[in-house]
Amino acid sequence: MKSKRRWKSILTRLRRALSFRKGTAKIGIYGPPNAGKTTLTNRIIHTFVDENEDVGLATEVPHETRRAVRREGVTIDLKAKSLEDPNSDLNSESEVKRKRGKAKLKLDVVDTPGLATKIDFHEFMAYGLEEDEAKKRAKEATEGVIEAIKWLDDIDGVVLLMDSTEDPYTQTNIIIIGNMEARGIPIIIAANKVDLVDATPQRIANAFPQHSVIPISALKGENMLDLYEEMARRFR
Amino acid sequence: MEIKMNLISEDKINSMTVTEKLRFVLDGVKSGDIVVLEGGLTSEEQMKLIELTMTEVDDDFPGIEMSGYPSKKGFLNIRKKTRLTVIGPAKMMHTTKKDKDFISAIISAV
Repeated sequence: MKSKRRWKSILTRLRRALSFRKGTAKIGIYGPPNAGKTTLTNRIIHTFVDENEDVGLATEVPHETRRAVRREGVTIDLKAKSLEDPNSDLNSESEVKRKRGKAKLKLDVVDTPGLATKIDFHEFMAYGLEEDEAKKRAKEATEGVIEAIKWLDDIDGVVLLMDSTEDPYTQTNIIIIGNMEARGIPIIIAANKVDLVDATPQRIANAFPQHSVIPISALKGENMLDLYEEMARRFR
Repeated sequence: MEIKMNLISEDKINSMTVTEKLRFVLDGVKSGDIVVLEGGLTSEEQMKLIELTMTEVDDDFPGIEMSGYPSKKGFLNIRKKTRLTVIGPAKMMHTTKKDKDFISAIISAV
């Protein structure tokens, strides 16, 4: 049985390797609740599609995103973007000339609900929600977690977002990474919230040395060029 | 109040199908037990356990707390060797510190 699963994994990797460059990659933005997944997805859309378009609402209340949202037809084209919008955040990065190249990637971005092993409606009440509303949100959040897990079957690559101010060595992060490795799905870890004073992205790099870790602030737009370059390199 | 721990051998776990394992773990945890699995669950099984747990979350059962050592690379770096996994009710168990070879958790009666 285990041998059968191993062969299935190898075949999946082979299929992905052969088909990945042909079309549009479906990239899932994964991570625990409140890591900044929707903020990152919105930034990608603002930068490369429409600065007025949001895929979702980002708030401090956990599980704000309770349905996966797929935004189709996004093209990360660093060269074209720099020509069209010389004042964009892409040009505020240092060493931009060295880094700018032919990096281009067509993708569908999938903003997923936060993965968690527990959802307690009392936590939502602490944010001021009434009990009925909190219970409803908790129910929707459980469905969101299941939906995020099911999406893994259709994803070509994952940006795993972690909060740089939190301990990265959580079971949820380990499970996501383990699943991606088993499925042969490329993964980039984005160490988010580096704009906060207590952020320690190096802790994330130390915890997962086998993976690319890009420190970013999705909220402030810091270091996004490095993330886009890495996405184009890994997911193309 | 007493807290029951179930320590399950790798042989017993390996004799179960994935569905049996997950059901066995979740039934124990929902009864208020701490379940410790020698040999642990694979990351795919852990993801399935989260999925199953989410279908059973309600006002009285908010979910599980799970901790485990990450898998070790096995023969030719292909086959991974899973290690210990500990699972408990989220209301009772709280992991306080964890690294690749160490887990510290507080277990308290509800």
